[in-house]
Amino acid sequence: MVENKKLLEMYHQMLTIRFFEEKVFELYGQNLVPGTIHLYAGEEAVAVGVCANLRRDDYITSTHRGHGHCIAKGVRLDKTMAEILGRKTGYCKGKGGSMHIADFSIGMLGASAVVGAGIPIAAGAGLSIKLRGTDQVAVCFFGEGASNQGTFHEGINLAAVWSLPVVFVCENNLYAMGTRQSRVMTIENIADRAAAYGIPGVMVDGNDVLAVYEAARVAVKRARQGEGPTLIECKTYRLKGHSRFDPAAYRPKEEVEAWLKKDPIACFQTKLFEMGVLTEVEVLKMVQEVRKDVDEATKFAIESPFPEPQEALEDVYATEESATTK
Amino acid sequence: MREVTVRDALREALREEMRRDKTVFLLGEDIGRYWGGAFGVTKGLAEEFGDERVRDTPISESAIIGVGVGAAVTGMRPVAEIMFGDLSALAMDQICNQAAKIRYMFGGQASAPLVVRTPFGAGVNIASHHSQSLEAWFMHTPGLYVAVPSTPYDAKGLLKTAIRGSNPVFFVEHKLLYPVKGMIPEEDYVAPFGVADIKREGSDVSIVATLYMVHKALATAEQLNKEGISAEVVDPRTLAPLDKQAIVKSVKKTGRLVVVSEDCKTAGISAEIAATVAEEALDYLDAPIRRVAEPDTPIPFSPTLEKFVIPDEKSIIKAVKEIV
Repeated sequence: MVENKKLLEMYHQMLTIRFFEEKVFELYGQNLVPGTIHLYAGEEAVAVGVCANLRRDDYITSTHRGHGHCIAKGVRLDKTMAEILGRKTGYCKGKGGSMHIADFSIGMLGASAVVGAGIPIAAGAGLSIKLRGTDQVAVCFFGEGASNQGTFHEGINLAAVWSLPVVFVCENNLYAMGTRQSRVMTIENIADRAAAYGIPGVMVDGNDVLAVYEAARVAVKRARQGEGPTLIECKTYRLKGHSRFDPAAYRPKEEVEAWLKKDPIACFQTKLFEMGVLTEVEVLKMVQEVRKDVDEATKFAIESPFPEPQEALEDVYATEESATTK
Repeated sequence: MREVTVRDALREALREEMRRDKTVFLLGEDIGRYWGGAFGVTKGLAEEFGDERVRDTPISESAIIGVGVGAAVTGMRPVAEIMFGDLSALAMDQICNQAAKIRYMFGGQASAPLVVRTPFGAGVNIASHHSQSLEAWFMHTPGLYVAVPSTPYDAKGLLKTAIRGSNPVFFVEHKLLYPVKGMIPEEDYVAPFGVADIKREGSDVSIVATLYMVHKALATAEQLNKEGISAEVVDPRTLAPLDKQAIVKSVKKTGRLVVVSEDCKTAGISAEIAATVAEEALDYLDAPIRRVAEPDTPIPFSPTLEKFVIPDEKSIIKAVKEIV
C-alpha cells in the first residue's frame, strides 16, 4: 500500500502540473509566451505515477511535451516558467524554452524536441550508471509516435542486450500530432513491442495514477536490482490539441468526451475521498496553495528580465580547454 | 622520440587515457577482442580493459552516439567509433542536434564530453558509401569541435586533448593515414585545438591542407622547391576551432593561397578557408585564391575514376603555377 502522505503528495503534484499548464495557456493568450507550447494537461498521472518511484539522483529524459515530467521530477516552478517566457532567469537562460527544460542538479537530463531522440540518451545514462556501479535508474518518457522511430528500436535493443537500468515509459495519447495511431501502426498496444527485445512490456491505464505507480514501482525495482529494462505503456489522452493553435478537430467528439470523464485528477480525487485520505475542505485548501505557488512562479517569470541579446553567443562551447594545452 | 604509425599513435592515446581516467570507455561496432576495429585501432584494448570498457555494439549508429551522449552528460567520457565516416549520416541527429546542442540549449548546465572517431577519405576502392570526406558537415555545426590530424604526433596529441576536454569532438581519421609513420615523444603530451601547425616553411605560396592532403602538399612542395618555388604548408589540425590567425599570417607572408582538401569543392572546407582569407587578408593577396578539391561527385569505385576525382600532386602543382 502507498502511504497516505505519498498519496497526497502525488495529488498535489498532479494539481500543480494542471494549474501550471492552465497558466501557461493563459499567458500564451496574453502574448507572453514566445513560440509554441505543448501542454501536458490530461497526462498528469503518467509523470507523477512514475516519478513517485524515483530518487533525486535518478535520471529522466523528456520530450517536447515535457512540463509535466519536469514538475514531477521536482524542478522549480519559477525557473521553469521563466524559461517558458524566454527570460534570463529561466533554467536555460532563455536559450531552450518550453521544449528544452532541463535541471541536471536533480537528474532531469533535459527535454529533446526531436521525437524519439531521448531513447538512446536514456540508455546511455543507464550505461553510465552501470559502469559507475551505482544503483540509480534512468527513466525515458516518450509518446507512441516515437515508437515508430529507429531510435526506439536501437535504443531499447541496446538497453536490453546490456541489461541497463532503464525504464521506458510510452505515453500513448493516441495521436502523433494529428495522426491517429491506427493509421501508422497495425498493433494497438505499444507494450507488445517489448517482446521483440526480450524485455517485459506492461500496459496500464495511464489516467490511473496508482496503476502507473505500481507498474513503475516494479520496473524501477527491477532496474535498480540490475535486472534490466522494462517498457511501460500508459494509455492516456491530452486535454488540448497537439500545440497551442491546434483545435484537435481530428478527434471524434465522443472520444474526447469519454476521455474527459476519465480525467486523471478527478478520478484520483474520487478515489482519495473513498479511501478517506482526502476531504473536500482539504482539496480547497490545496487548490489555493497550488494556485498561489503557480502565481508566484508566474510573477517571478514576468518580472524577470529578458537575456541581453549578445548572450546568444555564450554557452556554445565549454571554454576551459579551447585552444589550450593541458 | 620514437617512430610509430598513426594507427599505433591513436591506440596509444586511447590506452593511456583509459589507464589515466576510469570514466573513459570505448564503444562501437566490432571494436572489441574479436576484431579490434575495422582498421585495427582498438586492437588489444579489450584484452587490457575488458569488454565492459571496450564495448562491441549492435549495428546501430544512432544508438552508439545517443548512448554516448547519455553517458557523457552523466559523468563518463565515451569514445565512440563509427566504422566508416559515411555512416555518421545515420547518427546525424545524435551528433548535431543532441551532442552539439546540449550545452547551448540547456543554458550551459551540462556538456557532452563525447569523442566520435571515424575514418573519412578515398583511395582504397570501396566506393560511394565508404569513401567520402564530410568534415564540412560537422565544421558547420556549432557546439562541435572537429579534429583532422595528419601525423602520428598530431593524432595522438589531438585525441588526448579531445578525450580530456569538455566538449563533443568529431575526430576525423583518414584511412590512408593509418600506416603512415612519424615521430612521437616518449613522454605524455597533448596537441592543442585551434592551433595550426606549419608543416613546412616557405615564402612564395601558402598551401593549406588537412589529413592525407597534407602529405600530398608536402610532396608537392618538395617538387616545387626543385623548380625554385618556395611553398609553405599549413595544417590547421582542427577545423573547429579553426586557427584563422595562422592561416592569415602565412598568407600575409607569401601573398598567395592554395587550399587543398579531399572533400567536395562546393561549400566545402576549402570554401570556408578561402572566404576567411578573402575577408581578412585580401589586401595581402598578390594573386587569386586557388582551391584544389573533389569535383562535387560521390566517390566512384573503379580505380581510374576514383583517382580522377581525388586531388593529387599534379593538380596541386597546376594550381600553384597558375598563381605564382
